[in-house]
Amino acid sequence: MYGNTEKIAVKQTTAAHLLKNDRAGESVLVEDESQKNRKIRVQVISGQILVGILIIGLWEWLTRLSVLDSYYWSSPGMILATGWKAATQGTLMTDLAYTSGATVIGFLCGTLIGSAIGLSFWWSSIYSKITEPYLIAFNAVPKLALAPVLVIMFGIGFNSKVILAFLMTVIVAAMAAYSGVKNVDKDLEKMLFSLGARKHHVFFKVVIPSSVPWMVSSLKINIALALAGTIVGEFISSKQGIGRMILYAGQVMDLNLVWVGVVVLSFLAIVMYLGTVGLEKWVLKNKNHE
Amino acid sequence: MDKLKIVHNSKFFRKNGQEFCALQEANMSVADGKFVSIIGPSGCGKSTLFNIIAGLLKPSTGQVLLDGENIVGKSGSVGYMLQKDLLLPWRTILDNVILGLEIRGVSKKEARAHALPMLKRYGLKGFESHYPAELSGGMRQRAALLRTLLYDRDVILLDEPFGALDAQTRLFMQSWLLKIWSDFKKTILFVTHDIDEAIFLSDEIYVFSHRPGRIKAKVKVNLPRPRNEEALTQLTFSQLKQELLSMLKVEQEIK
Repeated sequence: MYGNTEKIAVKQTTAAHLLKNDRAGESVLVEDESQKNRKIRVQVISGQILVGILIIGLWEWLTRLSVLDSYYWSSPGMILATGWKAATQGTLMTDLAYTSGATVIGFLCGTLIGSAIGLSFWWSSIYSKITEPYLIAFNAVPKLALAPVLVIMFGIGFNSKVILAFLMTVIVAAMAAYSGVKNVDKDLEKMLFSLGARKHHVFFKVVIPSSVPWMVSSLKINIALALAGTIVGEFISSKQGIGRMILYAGQVMDLNLVWVGVVVLSFLAIVMYLGTVGLEKWVLKNKNHE
Repeated sequence: MDKLKIVHNSKFFRKNGQEFCALQEANMSVADGKFVSIIGPSGCGKSTLFNIIAGLLKPSTGQVLLDGENIVGKSGSVGYMLQKDLLLPWRTILDNVILGLEIRGVSKKEARAHALPMLKRYGLKGFESHYPAELSGGMRQRAALLRTLLYDRDVILLDEPFGALDAQTRLFMQSWLLKIWSDFKKTILFVTHDIDEAIFLSDEIYVFSHRPGRIKAKVKVNLPRPRNEEALTQLTFSQLKQELLSMLKVEQEIK
């Protein structure tokens, strides 16, 4: 029943060592993951820039050749010139501040209050089950259709835009937080109770942290919704804002200025999107250990 | 005096109008500082019993006495560790281990200072600021057990703590658990499927039977302590194993 044991010597080795001694003259392939990833990154980014330049170049070129009518389609060059004029001589910068301000405030209030509502559903399943159909019903209401009412209710100033952005985001945030709450591991709650925890301990130590990824996942959608809410508010009635600028430019047939508004809004949307991505990274910094 | 006494515990559930009995008339008495195991097929009411002792579930009849006091429905009276390690992934190992102290109101700083030497002593040295995902299964289980120990109850319930570990790690963890047990002088109630594990660790073994779950035998383990791996190959060990195996085999034939 006793087998023969043969000991096998093991020695440490490196690629350079192998080359020098045992395998002189051969090539040794060392996989370098980080270098590979770097190379891919450079290729992706330069590719992305190239596509952007191509689209803008094609746009400019087609309008110059009159394949696209530059009256309707404007052109990158004209948009830049009109935009520069609007920024230096017109009110583009204050309009931009107005729109982004209303969007961000509405977004933050909507996200915070919505998340709080969603998290509160953890405390009582009866309360959450009674409320849930109303939450879904309210989510189904086209909030933008309420814009005229809200503008009359809250005036044509800043407030009505914030309220619209808020209404656009609050339910989405609440539903996201509620999904998080529903997915809390029941065994984690059990474990905490076995350590003598009360309900508020479980809420702060388990429910909130484990719902964070769910809440964060709604941020990117919500920032776009908030911007849409603000713009519609400005369309209805406003004295300032990019939405008002676009509406005004359309009415006086200044299509170049409309395009300026659209481009500025696109950039605003991108910047805000990147902002939420940064926020997401920051919030999840301590959660990425799973 | 008995540390923990389970008196006439039964638990009935009703589902879809049909009543079934998860636990029938369980009676146990565990002396202070003993290591007691419970073995039996799955669905034998072991987990029900543990949930009752831990105060997470109320029995239909009977009492659970800890030091003579009825603790039915009182969670937090005993330490309880489940099969999953249930470490919070967003907390470091050290911060996971102090969870019980934190809930009791001890400041984080104080709790950390108290827990750190324990981590060092019981095989988690250098891992205190790592996150659970960075550790092996055995280490996570050790952290979970230290968390239960730091909660500092006299009686600790362990529900198949090593069930998910590979054979080698399991053997190592068993010796580690025995060391901790003799250092801390706790009373341990241990659920397992593994007969070897039950014999190697315990002073007494309760054998449970399948539905309705009830206790069908109580076996004393007369192996000297301290025990090491050599105990696994002793004659007493294999005789006991034979006895328990045949008891569980009868069980399966009935099914």
